[in-house]
Amino acid sequence: MKPSPIADPGTEPYWEALKQRRILLKRCRSCEKPHFYPRELCPHCYSDDLDWVEASGKGTVYSYTVVHRPAGPAYADDVPYTVAVIELAEGPRMMSWITGDDEVRIGAHVKATFVTVGDIVLPMFEPVSG
Amino acid sequence: MGMHEPVIVGVADEPLVNGKVARPGSPLQIQARCAKAALRQAGLDLGDVDGLFTAGMWGVPGVGQLPTVTLAEYLGIRPTLHDGTNIGGSAFEAHVAHAALAIETGKCNVALIVYGSAQRSEMSRNLAGRPASLTMQFETPWGLPTPVGGYALAAMRHMHDYGTRPEDLAEIAVAARKWASLNPAATRREPMTVDDVLAAPRISTPLGLLDCCLVTDGGGAVVMTRASNARGASLKPVHIRGYGQAATHWTIAAMPDLSSLTAAEMAGRRAFDMAGVSHDDIDLVEIYDSFTITTLMTLEALGFCKRGEGGGFVGKGRIAPGGAFPLNTNGGGLSYAHPGMYGIFLLIEAVRQMRGEVEPERQVHNVRTALVHGTGGTLSSGATCILSVD
Ligand SMILES: [Zn+2]
Repeated sequence: MKPSPIADPGTEPYWEALKQRRILLKRCRSCEKPHFYPRELCPHCYSDDLDWVEASGKGTVYSYTVVHRPAGPAYADDVPYTVAVIELAEGPRMMSWITGDDEVRIGAHVKATFVTVGDIVLPMFEPVSG
Repeated sequence: MGMHEPVIVGVADEPLVNGKVARPGSPLQIQARCAKAALRQAGLDLGDVDGLFTAGMWGVPGVGQLPTVTLAEYLGIRPTLHDGTNIGGSAFEAHVAHAALAIETGKCNVALIVYGSAQRSEMSRNLAGRPASLTMQFETPWGLPTPVGGYALAAMRHMHDYGTRPEDLAEIAVAARKWASLNPAATRREPMTVDDVLAAPRISTPLGLLDCCLVTDGGGAVVMTRASNARGASLKPVHIRGYGQAATHWTIAAMPDLSSLTAAEMAGRRAFDMAGVSHDDIDLVEIYDSFTITTLMTLEALGFCKRGEGGGFVGKGRIAPGGAFPLNTNGGGLSYAHPGMYGIFLLIEAVRQMRGEVEPERQVHNVRTALVHGTGGTLSSGATCILSVD
């Protein structure tokens, strides 16, 4: 069994929205910057005046690694798999997987794809041309 | 400086055989042995200790959740200063800083900094990482092997930004192995080449097995007191000239810049400013080498070379025995030992080098000033100490 994210009151809206194939970011109404993962205070200006906005699902590969030694037996059937840090078009970075057989490179454009794993939906990314 | 000058007066570590403690023991037993040995070296005993500093992953969940409290009970002491600061493997450099502050201001007389791990003997090491709750609900589900995967993401970005090559990282592992070959206490001493490192199985690209630190047991202790108490010590007291610490993230996606080690930049700058010394004054450097990339990024962040130029800097034998820049002279986490949290061994090796008491083959001559830098978490925290002897 892969470890399933343990949502809490601060993150529940994010996980719920993924079930509708939407990626939500917290955005600060004071400095207008979005951030990820969702927090109680803006990590840029410390305001508590935040709301949720929907991300475009577009981004670029900030870095990646092809994993050959899995993080425990739950991932043994997946090797090799590509874990990446995606820089979303809106600015924040998030960890994810890159799917598909294309060769990955830093800076490549990617878009979100939604994958059901057990009773949750995870946002993964696939390369797009251009 | 305050009223009392803090000095290191004793260090000890636990002998290993094939990466396991030579005398089998629990983490508590290992720490008790190291504490006793380091205090004896200083002409002190456990009854003198009024400040206890430790960090570790033993007994979690369980008695290790209050590690100084459990350890004090086990040792039969009642310290009036407890410090369980845990910022990862760099915690022990932070402990030195905190102990120095407490000794300076008269709040502590004898500080015992101690660490013990039996992870190899207990086979308790795994790559599965942390429960997927709180901040880790956004990383643990992705199966990034912990912590190597985070370091791999940094290495990949460093290669992209600066053209750093796998060969450059391999030079770091080879240099560490050459130092280890001169150290009878080191776990891995057989010869190793750049090609060996490059041909080793990949763990998480671009890092392979020989880019990664060992998995061993280990224990160590450092004793500090005020200089006026150190007159009875038989060995040269080591002065604490400067220190600094910082942390920037724990989830790797929150690292401000994957190709530069911001925590080390911040910690190092503070330590250099406090010590009032320049890079040219540093005779010996001991850097946490959890992975080859850690060493390279730390050298850049501390300003020993420019950002992005670490690959060239570590080549041509510069950091190997006989080179111009003696680094990780016990063989490091890559080839000496790595019991989960390595930071205390950086301090122990620096002190021994400064006292001139290591094997002649690896003794660096005339070490007056040494820099020790620990990294914790996933390139998360950094803590620097600049030490000197008269
Ligand atoms: Zn804000």
